[in-house]
Amino acid sequence: MIQATALTKRYGPRLAVDHADFTVAPGKVTGFLGPNGAGKSTTMRIILGLDRPTSGGVTINGLPYQKLAAPLREVGALLDAKAVHGGRTAYNHLLVLAKANGLPRARVDAVIDLVGLHSVAKKRSGGFSLGMGQRLGIAAALLGDPGIVMFDEPVNGLDPEGILWIRNLMKALAAEGRTVFVSSHLMSEMALTADHLVVIGLGRILADEPMDRFIAQNSVSYVRVRSPQMAELAPRLAQRGWKVDQQPDYSVHVYDANPEQIGDVAGTEGLWLHELTLVQSSLEEAFMRLTAGSVEYHAGGDAAGAQPAEGQQPLTGWGAAPQGAPGAPGVPGVPQDTQQQGWSQSQPPNKERIQ
Amino acid sequence: MAASSSSSILAPVAADGAGTGHAHFGRLLLAEWTKLRSVRSTYWSLILLIIVFPFFCWLFPYLTVANWKQASATQQANLMLDPIGQVMAPGQYLGQLSVAVLGVMVSASEYSTGMVRSTLLASPHRVRMLAAKSVVFFLLVLVIGEVVSFAGFFIGRQTLKSLITVNLNSGDIRQVVGGGLYLAMLGLFALVLGSLIRHVAGAITGIVALLLVVSGLISLIPGRTGKYLYTYEPTNAGFAIIAKHVPDNFLLSPWEGYGVFALWTAVLWVLAAWLLERRDA
Repeated sequence: MIQATALTKRYGPRLAVDHADFTVAPGKVTGFLGPNGAGKSTTMRIILGLDRPTSGGVTINGLPYQKLAAPLREVGALLDAKAVHGGRTAYNHLLVLAKANGLPRARVDAVIDLVGLHSVAKKRSGGFSLGMGQRLGIAAALLGDPGIVMFDEPVNGLDPEGILWIRNLMKALAAEGRTVFVSSHLMSEMALTADHLVVIGLGRILADEPMDRFIAQNSVSYVRVRSPQMAELAPRLAQRGWKVDQQPDYSVHVYDANPEQIGDVAGTEGLWLHELTLVQSSLEEAFMRLTAGSVEYHAGGDAAGAQPAEGQQPLTGWGAAPQGAPGAPGVPGVPQDTQQQGWSQSQPPNKERIQ
Repeated sequence: MAASSSSSILAPVAADGAGTGHAHFGRLLLAEWTKLRSVRSTYWSLILLIIVFPFFCWLFPYLTVANWKQASATQQANLMLDPIGQVMAPGQYLGQLSVAVLGVMVSASEYSTGMVRSTLLASPHRVRMLAAKSVVFFLLVLVIGEVVSFAGFFIGRQTLKSLITVNLNSGDIRQVVGGGLYLAMLGLFALVLGSLIRHVAGAITGIVALLLVVSGLISLIPGRTGKYLYTYEPTNAGFAIIAKHVPDNFLLSPWEGYGVFALWTAVLWVLAAWLLERRDA
């Protein structure tokens, strides 16, 4: 169990982590999400004792990292695969870590086999490909058979087989009752792997809740309806109290109803239906909405019109104010100041760069 | 990729002792020793030392003997007064470079390769880790240093046999044993410098400049100030241990000089430990 209390880290005038409170519980995969520069890596480094917080604290099973006698036996972390001396073989690198924590050589052999580095174990790690380096980092994280596992971008550099492998590994570790804390930018992967989410933006925790609740709270699903008799159908649907949203392509988006209900209405009235589709929101959309106001480094120009892959709202730009667009709801459950209020004006143009 | 179920792989293998309480210093020593013996730079530097040191303890006496007739009175007197020092100094002067470079790399390369992050995850008790690194490296250089010192001495003595019979009296043994002691302290000094500067090239430049350039330049400063600076410059102070008698501009005895070197190293070590504890990795 990882417990952060009012965790704050300031680099000069810049607040990288702003009074972060969250808990990472055992038995599930907790995803750590946030835009670039949100404070994810800083938070993870503070948890692992690499950086010192300005105020507040974080404990691992009740103790700060520095107080753990054999930390690799309690927490295993992959922060970056390049934290290896290129002149050392993979085997020796793991051996150093094992010796420092009183682990037997057998553990080194075990994790090398687990991650599939057996053929290159005695080769110098400087010659490793990205994927091999990543696997070495994963091996180091699992060396002490820890109860808590932390990964920062674990799928970086892995081929599809590797990605599937690590996803299953994380789920298996969580199923064994371990605490799994993984940060990633890959929404598709996170949606498949994580059970619980901690979302951070501009140093602040924006959400700390189960995945399905997060998606439900931060995005909207609707039913897309097409009908040759839309003029008759739409008012009938609106009469039922559902929000009905005309689209430029003569389809209609209906909120707060499921396809079965709409189909029943059409059927009762004897109206034809050409399409009845439930458009589910995705994690990506939910995430984009929630963090739109907290993006520090955003692509300019062309990307301003980019929209999330599924479940589009007719947004007038990346993260633009939803209440301006017809039928777009505010984001419930999120404090008002992180909702977009013409966010381009609210973001000062000369944001400080991170170190 | 191994397809075996993770629960069987990650089943705990019996480890030595519980993981509670203080990090055993012995574990840290083992880890630092494993680090040292698993990189090529350790072997290259020490092999270089083992070759260079005795070689120059041979070369200079050999050339002295070969050119004895052309030597000035002062040069001849210098040899007769302190043959051991004259034999040891060339080997020491050049051998110390490989020790200094290795010392810097032992600490600074952790930062340049990013290994420091792995190290601090495995050993979050930073000062204890630095202490373990220091102990292991100091002892390694001490052992090898003594070996090359004595080897150099015997080679040089043999080379000088036609000119002078060199005996190793109890008072003179300091000069040979001191060779290893100086190298060990220099290695530790370089390690500390590497930990402070955290940059391999910068720290190597610093230590080499200190050893080869600064010491010589200081000796040009006249007057009492010049003597003080010359005496208390750390590497100069330590080097005195291999001389029978200290030069005129050196204000301390050989052992006192070594003590000054040790004191410099200790103070800088404390600074390095404090910074290590405070700085972000």
